[in-house]
Amino acid sequence: MIRVDLPRFGRFDAWRDVARQLASNRVTPGDVAWGDGGLFGGDAPPPIGPHPVIATKDFLDLARTVASHSDPERWALLYGALIRLQDDRSFIANPADPLTSRLSRMAKSVRRDLHKMHAFVRFHELPSDGPRRSFGAWFEPEHLILEAGAPFFARRFADMDWLIATPEGMARFDGSLHFDPPGPRPNLPPDASHDLWQTYFANIFNPARIKTQAMLSEMPRKYWKNLPETDLIAQMLADAPRRVQAMRDAGATDAPAFAARVTARIRQIPDDSLPETLGGARDQALRCTRCDLCHAATQTVWGEGDLSAPLMIVGEAPGDHEDLQGRPFVGPAGQLLRQTMDQVGLDPAQAWMTNAVKHFKFTPRGKRRIHQNPNAGEIRHCKWWLDIERRMIAPRLTVALGATAAFALTGNRLPLTPRRGGVETTLDGGPVLITWHPSLILRLDPGAAATAREQFALDLSQAARLMAA
Amino acid sequence: MAARTLQQKLAILSDAAKYDASCASSGTTRRDSRSGGLGSTEGMGICHAYTPDGRCISLLKILMTNFCIYDCAYCINRVSSNVERARFTPEEVVTLTLEFYRRNMIEGLFLSSGIIRSPDQTMGDMVRIARMLRVDHGFKGYIHLKTIPDASPELVAEAGLHADRLSVNIELPQDASIRELAPEKRPETIRAAMADVRLSREAAKERTHTGKRPPRFAPAGQSTQMIIGADAATDRDILKTSANLYSGYDLKRVYYSAFSPIPDASAVLPLVKPPLMREHRLYQADWLMRFYGFEAEEIGAAHPSGFLDLAIDPKLAWALANRAQFPVDVARASKEMLLRVPGFGTKTVTRILAARRNGPVRYGDLLRMGAIMSKAKPFVTLPDWHPGVLTDSAGLRARFAPPPEQLQLL
Repeated sequence: MIRVDLPRFGRFDAWRDVARQLASNRVTPGDVAWGDGGLFGGDAPPPIGPHPVIATKDFLDLARTVASHSDPERWALLYGALIRLQDDRSFIANPADPLTSRLSRMAKSVRRDLHKMHAFVRFHELPSDGPRRSFGAWFEPEHLILEAGAPFFARRFADMDWLIATPEGMARFDGSLHFDPPGPRPNLPPDASHDLWQTYFANIFNPARIKTQAMLSEMPRKYWKNLPETDLIAQMLADAPRRVQAMRDAGATDAPAFAARVTARIRQIPDDSLPETLGGARDQALRCTRCDLCHAATQTVWGEGDLSAPLMIVGEAPGDHEDLQGRPFVGPAGQLLRQTMDQVGLDPAQAWMTNAVKHFKFTPRGKRRIHQNPNAGEIRHCKWWLDIERRMIAPRLTVALGATAAFALTGNRLPLTPRRGGVETTLDGGPVLITWHPSLILRLDPGAAATAREQFALDLSQAARLMAA
Repeated sequence: MAARTLQQKLAILSDAAKYDASCASSGTTRRDSRSGGLGSTEGMGICHAYTPDGRCISLLKILMTNFCIYDCAYCINRVSSNVERARFTPEEVVTLTLEFYRRNMIEGLFLSSGIIRSPDQTMGDMVRIARMLRVDHGFKGYIHLKTIPDASPELVAEAGLHADRLSVNIELPQDASIRELAPEKRPETIRAAMADVRLSREAAKERTHTGKRPPRFAPAGQSTQMIIGADAATDRDILKTSANLYSGYDLKRVYYSAFSPIPDASAVLPLVKPPLMREHRLYQADWLMRFYGFEAEEIGAAHPSGFLDLAIDPKLAWALANRAQFPVDVARASKEMLLRVPGFGTKTVTRILAARRNGPVRYGDLLRMGAIMSKAKPFVTLPDWHPGVLTDSAGLRARFAPPPEQLQLL
């Protein structure tokens, strides 16, 4: 039997060195007795033996965490796992293996304890004679995690001196981190900020919601002795029913006299009279609830461009980008439209660009929104706004992009293919040139897209010619 | 009136802030104080304490002031309430944050505010506090700022530079309820504010033509909150709204907050017991949408009423309503289908996928890997387990639902 006694600090590295030596001699796990804390004085391990020793990174990460566990058996378990790893590298990745499962549970318990240490250490300010402020805390973790847990505080509180005393030992920071053997529990002076903290704890609590189990599962009683705010919990719970009853009994009170004056000053009374200007129409449209699309879409996307434009371009409805930015034709299809207009000599700034339907219609799919075509009812409701735009702009020529726009403008639902490139008459009696919607071109396969793109450019140049005539 | 002490202000302004559920401090950039300043964020959030209402305390959650010119019926701070009012100076907020932080009580600050004078004035003061913390004090902890819809884009842009997270509350699941209960707020401007935050975050991720990366904008993303039980919306409506919000604005979280009685309540809202179980089921459903591949409609449609079953969790309710898809052969099923088995969490599924590469997975293995087999067993087949007629048995739901509460005799 070989006795190995590991030191108080730096114990994982010490275990690793010894374990490597033992495993290189293929010493069987049953022949090693492991001890903690440097109390017993172990035997010198045998010198490096003839066998190579391998360890996967996963295993080393797991072992480093398990090394902080309070179970005295952990060293033997880890050494057993290391020996087994020499012949079977896969078991450590198999969650169904009993040893892997046990080590994983131990690591999980250590990680949880570390997390709770980072959460529940409470510093008190200590007197300081230097330029740096000084703080101290007492903490009793479940496992031997002081060494693993302290660097977090060094990263977080680099500009102050601090010490964390535990039954296992003490971590001290004065610009660099030191570990000392355990001493007596430090006497921490009263600290005014702790009184403020208690005030906060008591007042952030909502007495109408009692979920004691949820609190206890995350803040188990074993940690309470070091958390001063937990002294308040019994009283908070005892008072809660009375406070809720008092709220009920008090009921509603009369509003202070100034309240109505304040709200009257800022509350906007919606103006539903027929708008006289395009700007007035836009303001009304921003609050539009004529159809249900407004509930899911971000905002109304109103038309944009030259108010006295002789040319009006009507698309289907805003897409994802337009909806987020609140502006028409700013997404990929809009870019294609603007490029093609530029190519045939039409200036987007000298046209009124709008959509037949002014809200984005979509189906949510995880983090994406899938475009949907507006239905006849939505097109009909939104025609109210299109008609107002048409009355006020009074364009000489309109270009309808795609079937929705063509339907909204002409009332004709027939397929678009035979109609494309033709000039039809709108319901209000003007000429409308029918062409593809640019988003269709973006959806087609490359061959068909090239043809459609040519037709689209041809149609827009026809519009340019008609405008010049 | 005598000037209030810091302690009195803290009591009033934390009491006023407690109806905001969010306290997350995770998912931001990693940074620490070794190169100067104070504080660190390391990816994982830390809850420093829990109150008996089951909520964690991760951040100092306070209002800058609870004076407010808006009149939202569900809110304790509305202009028509007679609640005690107070206002912190920016210096007081900064001191409280730093002193609590140095004692390891918090991860940082969650600052919200009543609307005073105007949205811009309010947002400007909040941004100033964040700037003092970051620039004057080198604070590297977490900052969550509430953005005020209608505040000017420049202020929101600066808020995004200092804050880890921004949030705008959608408040209620349906537009009509917002218009009715919060008449000064407008659902479309709330959503437009979320869209702006999303666009700013995306713009901050793109390199400029010189190859430089612009400064990070709200690296921990944005979240929102919905009050449950203050209007007539069904759970199906609520989940639909959440799905829309997640898909549109890249939200990290939608928080559901059971409407709870407030002191000095408005006469239009009932002082009923907050529906905490409903809130819990909605969170479970939300998780199913984000991590388990469920669509809002599938979960919402499991019960014809449009409400989630309060007695059993929504995944179990879905499985019971879709028994034709079960039992699932654990040895062969796709990851997507395994995620739909009641009693299997995401971690369990990852472990199953790893374990079945090493050999057959049996009943005992699943128990060891963390599966809740009492829930899963009617829905799976294993080399040593077959549910037989259990999957389709009429009494299956009753096995899971808690027994009905005994009526008390007078």
